[in-house]
Amino acid sequence: MLKRAQALFLRLLSPAIALAMAGGVSAESTTRQLNMPQGVTEVSQAAYDIHMIMMWICTVIGVAVFGFMFYVMYAHRKSRGAVAANFHENHVVELIWTIVPALILIVMAIPATTALLKVYDTENADIDIKVTGYQWKWQYEYIGEGVKFMSELRTSQDEIYGRAPKGEHYLREVTQPLVIPTGKKVRFLITGNDVIHSWWVPDFGVKRDAVPGLFTAAWAKTDVPGIYVGECTELCGIGHAFMPVVVEVKPEAEYNEWLAGKKEEAALYASTIGKEWTFDELMVRGEEVYERSCAGCHQSDGKGIAGVFPALKDSPIALGAKEGHIAVLIDGVAGTSMQSFADQLSEVDIAAVVHYERNAWGNDVGDVTQPLDVLNYKKNQ
Amino acid sequence: MSVRSGNGPLLAKLVALAAAMFMFAIFVLPPLYDLFCEITGIGGKTDGVYTAVSVEVDTSRDIEVQFVATKNATMPWDFYPMEERVIVHPGESREVTFYAQNRTGLDMVGQAIPNVLPNNAADYFHKTECFCFNNQPLLAGETAELVLVFIVDPDLPASVNTVTLSYTMFDITDRTTVQVSQVQ
Amino acid sequence: MAHGPATLADGWGKYLSRWLFTTNHKDIGTLYLWFSFAMFIMGGAFAMVIRAELFQPGMQLIKPEFFNQMTTMHGLVMVFGAIMPAFVGLANWMIPMMIGAPDMALPRMNNLSFWILPFAFAILTSTLFMEGGGPNFGWTFYAPLSTTYAPDTVNYFIFGVHIMGASSIMGSINIIATVMNMRAPGMTYMKMPMFVWTWVITAFLLVAVMPVLAGAVTMMLMDINFGTSFFDAAGGGDPVLFQHIFWFFGHPEVYIIILPAFGVVSHIIPTFSRKPLFGYSSMVYATAAIAFLSFVVWAHHMFTVGMPIAGELYFMYATMLIAVPTGVKVFNWITTMYRGSLTFETPMLFSIAFVILFTFGGFTGMMLSIAAADMQYHDTYFVVAHFHYVMVAGAVFSGTAAVYYWLPKWCGKMYNETMGKVQFWIAFIGFNITFMPQHFLGLAGMPRRYADYGLQFADWNMVSSIGAFMYGGAQILFLFNVVRTIGWGEPTKDPKVWEGAEGLEWTLPTPAPYHTFAKPPKIK
Repeated sequence: MLKRAQALFLRLLSPAIALAMAGGVSAESTTRQLNMPQGVTEVSQAAYDIHMIMMWICTVIGVAVFGFMFYVMYAHRKSRGAVAANFHENHVVELIWTIVPALILIVMAIPATTALLKVYDTENADIDIKVTGYQWKWQYEYIGEGVKFMSELRTSQDEIYGRAPKGEHYLREVTQPLVIPTGKKVRFLITGNDVIHSWWVPDFGVKRDAVPGLFTAAWAKTDVPGIYVGECTELCGIGHAFMPVVVEVKPEAEYNEWLAGKKEEAALYASTIGKEWTFDELMVRGEEVYERSCAGCHQSDGKGIAGVFPALKDSPIALGAKEGHIAVLIDGVAGTSMQSFADQLSEVDIAAVVHYERNAWGNDVGDVTQPLDVLNYKKNQ
Repeated sequence: MSVRSGNGPLLAKLVALAAAMFMFAIFVLPPLYDLFCEITGIGGKTDGVYTAVSVEVDTSRDIEVQFVATKNATMPWDFYPMEERVIVHPGESREVTFYAQNRTGLDMVGQAIPNVLPNNAADYFHKTECFCFNNQPLLAGETAELVLVFIVDPDLPASVNTVTLSYTMFDITDRTTVQVSQVQ
Repeated sequence: MAHGPATLADGWGKYLSRWLFTTNHKDIGTLYLWFSFAMFIMGGAFAMVIRAELFQPGMQLIKPEFFNQMTTMHGLVMVFGAIMPAFVGLANWMIPMMIGAPDMALPRMNNLSFWILPFAFAILTSTLFMEGGGPNFGWTFYAPLSTTYAPDTVNYFIFGVHIMGASSIMGSINIIATVMNMRAPGMTYMKMPMFVWTWVITAFLLVAVMPVLAGAVTMMLMDINFGTSFFDAAGGGDPVLFQHIFWFFGHPEVYIIILPAFGVVSHIIPTFSRKPLFGYSSMVYATAAIAFLSFVVWAHHMFTVGMPIAGELYFMYATMLIAVPTGVKVFNWITTMYRGSLTFETPMLFSIAFVILFTFGGFTGMMLSIAAADMQYHDTYFVVAHFHYVMVAGAVFSGTAAVYYWLPKWCGKMYNETMGKVQFWIAFIGFNITFMPQHFLGLAGMPRRYADYGLQFADWNMVSSIGAFMYGGAQILFLFNVVRTIGWGEPTKDPKVWEGAEGLEWTLPTPAPYHTFAKPPKIK
C-alpha cells in the first residue's frame, strides 16, 4: 500500500509523466458529415428526429410553393404572350393559407414538446458532474467523489500557427477528457467561472450555457462506449475556438477503476498545496515544471535565445524582488509572447518554477517561494 | 405649411414613448426579471429569510439534498460544504455548514450566490438561516464555518427526489465599503 | 425656392454646404444611401478578412483577438451602418413622393439624424486603432465579456451605440410624423403603398426598442464605470438579464431590418408582373402581426441558457406562430405573379431571389424555433447561415433591387441592364456558395465565431470562402454600375420608367425634380 502511494506521489510530482499517461486520448475524427449527428443518447436521437421531421415538412412545402412559382415564371411570362389578369383579392384563399399553416404548426408542436420534455428530464441521476467553464478550458468535478480536474486543449501553438504539421485530431484533443460510464444516467451541472461559455457535446444532444453565478442542468445516458468531441459554443474571448470538450464513455468497470485512481491522486494533491515546501523539494518540482512549460523558449540552461527570448540566468527579474518575479508569471508581459500562466499552472507549480528560476544556473538568490506567496500575489492584483 | 401644425403634439408623444421605453429598460425590466425569476425559480433566487411555520414532517418521503460550492474567477479562498449530501424529510429543519478559509495574507470579503436545481424545486427550498444573506468578511488566514439552516417544503413536487443547492463565492472586497476588521 | 440645389458649378463651398445643411428629403435620402453603401463596403471588407482567415484550418493571417474584433465589427457595421441606414435612405427618398407630401415632416431633425451617423461610426471604427483594440465581444455583446472582461475601448463602443440609437429614433419619429400628418388629401391609410405601410410599422418598432438598446448599453456603462451590478452576479445582478434586455431589443430589430424589405418587394413584383399586388389588406395585417409577435418571442435566442421548461415551451410556440403571417406574405407575392405578364429585369430578378432565399431562411428559422433541435443548432454555423439568408438574401437583395428599381426615377438615366443581370447572377450564385455550405458546417458541429476549426470542417469552409469572395466581387460591379448610370447612363424622360409601375411617385417627371408635390396631388 505504501509502495503504491509512493509510486502515485512520484507520478504526481512529475506532471510530465501524468500528462503522458492521461493525455494519450484524443478524438476519432469524424467523416465528412452533412447532417446533424444522431448521437448516442435518447436526447440526441429526439433532437435528430424532430430535426428530420421539420426538414421534410419544410422541403415538401418548399417544393410545392416554389414549384408553383417556377411554373408561373415559365408560363406567365410576357415573352410567351401572357396578358396580365387584374384580380387582386380573394378572401377564401387568404383564409386557407392562414389556417392550413397554422394547423401544420399545431401538428408539429406535439413532437416538439415531447422532445423538449426529454431534454428537461434531469431527475434520478446516478452520477452528478459539475462542469465549469474557464477562459479557456473546462473543469470537471465529480460531486461527492472528491475528484476534479482541468481539461485543456492539447494541440500545440506550433500546429495552430502553421509551424508544425497539423495532427489528425487538430483542435479536438484535450489533456484529460471527461470520463463517464455506460448505462448510467449522468447529470451535468453547468456553470461558468468568468464569462459565459457553453458546453456542447453533439452526440449527447447536450448544449448548455455556462453562466457565472448560475447553474443549469443537463443529462446524458448512453450504452455506446467511445470518445465524443464537442465544443464551446458561446463567444468567450480569444480562446473561444481553443477549448474543445472531449468525453470518453467507458464500460462501468473501467470507469470505476479510473475513478479510484483519480481519487488517490486528488488526496495526494490536497496535501501538497497547504504545506510548507522545503528548498530542495521546490527545486525538484520546479525543474520539472520549467522543462515542460518554460524551456521551449527560455532554454534549459536559462540563457534564452538572444534577441527573441530573454535569458533568465542573471536576469534582473529573477534576481530582484520575489513579487516582481511572480508577477511576470501570473500576468504575462504585454506585447510579448510571454503569456499569463495564472490559469495554466497551479499555485504549487508557479511557486516551484519561480523558486527554481531564482536558484538555478548560478542565480543564487537563496530565498524560498511558497505556494502561499503566489496566492497572496493573485489576491493583490 | 398648415399641414405641419399637427407635428408638435405627435412629436411630444413619440419622444415621450422613446423616453418611456428607455426608463422601462433600466428601471422596470431588471425588477421585472427578478420577479419572473422568483416565480419560475431561475437561479434559485427564491426568497430571503424564511420564517418557519410549523408543518408536519412528511416522513414518508426522503429527499436528497446535494451541496455544491464554486469559487468565481480569481477567488482564492477554500470553500466547500462539510457534508456533500444529506437526506431529509420534507418539513424537517436541517442545519449544514460550509467551510471557508481565506488562505491569503489579506483581509477579504466574499459573497455567496445561491442556486437551486431543479428550477421547480426552488420555490420549495426554504432557507431559515443562510450565510448567503450577508457578506462574509474573513481576515487574512481566518477560517469560518458558514451555517445554513433549511427546510424542504412538504409541497415539493412529487417528481423531485434530489435537490441541488449550489453556491458561487464571489470576491467582493473591492466593491464593498465594509472594513473586514470592523465587522469582526 | 426658385433656384435649384447648388451643384459643383457653384463652387466647392456652396456644394459642400448644400449637403451639410440640406433639409431636402431627396438630398438626405441620397446621403443615407451613399453612407450605407460605404459602410456596406467596410463591413464587407471585415467579412473578407474573416473568410480569408477561415479559408484553411490554422491561424494564417490574423490573431484570434483581431478575428473577434472583425466578427463583432462586421455585425455591428452591417446591421447598424449598412442595412438600417439604407432603408432609412429609401424611406427619405420615396415616402414623401409616395404619399404626395412636399418633404418630410421634420426636415431639420432629418438633417441632424443623418449627420450624427458618420460620427457614431467614426468613433466605433477608431477603436480598432486604439490600444486594446475594438469591441471583441460579438455584435450581441453579452455581459460579462462586454463589461468586466471588455477592453477599455468599450466606452467608445457604448457612446457610438448611443449616437446610432439617437439617429434611428429621430429618423423614425420623422417618418411617423410624415406619414401621419403629411399625406395628400384622399390618401387614406388603407390606400398607402406597402412600402409606406411597412416603414411606418418599422418606425414604431424602432421608437419602441432602440431606447431599450440604449438602456442596455447605459446599464453596461454604469456597471463598468460606476460600480452598479445590473449584470454582475456578485452584486446581486444577473448576466442573463442582459440577454433578455438585449433580445427584447434584438428580435424586433431583426424585423426592423426585414419589414421595409418586404415593402420594397411588394412594389417590384407587381410592377414586373403588370398586375396589382394580391391581398393588399392581408399584407398590411400580416406586417402588423409580425411586428406584434416580434415583441413576445425574444427568448428563443436563449433556449440553451437554462430557462424553466414552461418558458421554453411558450417561446417555442410563439416563435412558430410567426410562420403564419410570414407565409401569408410569401403566398401573396407568388399569387401576384400568377397570371401576370412577367418580365425579368434586374430589380425583378433580385426580388424573386429575395422571395426564394428569404423563404429558405424562414424554413431554417422554423427549424430553429423547435427548442429541442435548437439545442443542437444554437450558436453554430447553422444559425450563421440562417440569418445571412434572411439578412443578406432578404434585406441586402431587396435593397439592391430597390436601387435598380428607383435609380432611373432619381437621376433620369437608365442603368446597364446586362451589367445588372451579370451582377445578379454572380451575387446569387456567390451568395449560395457562401452560405449553403454553412448549414452543413453547423449541423456537423462547427460553432460560430470560431477563429479556427478542426480538420473535418476544412472543405466546406474553403468553399464558403470562395463564394464569399465572389459575392464581394459582385458588389464592386454594383458600385460601378450605379456610378456609371449616374454619370453616363442613357437618359430617360418617361415618368413611369417601367411599363407596369403604379403609384404617385411614377406620376412625377423623370428625373424627379428637387421639390415635388408642393401642391398636394388629387387621389382617386
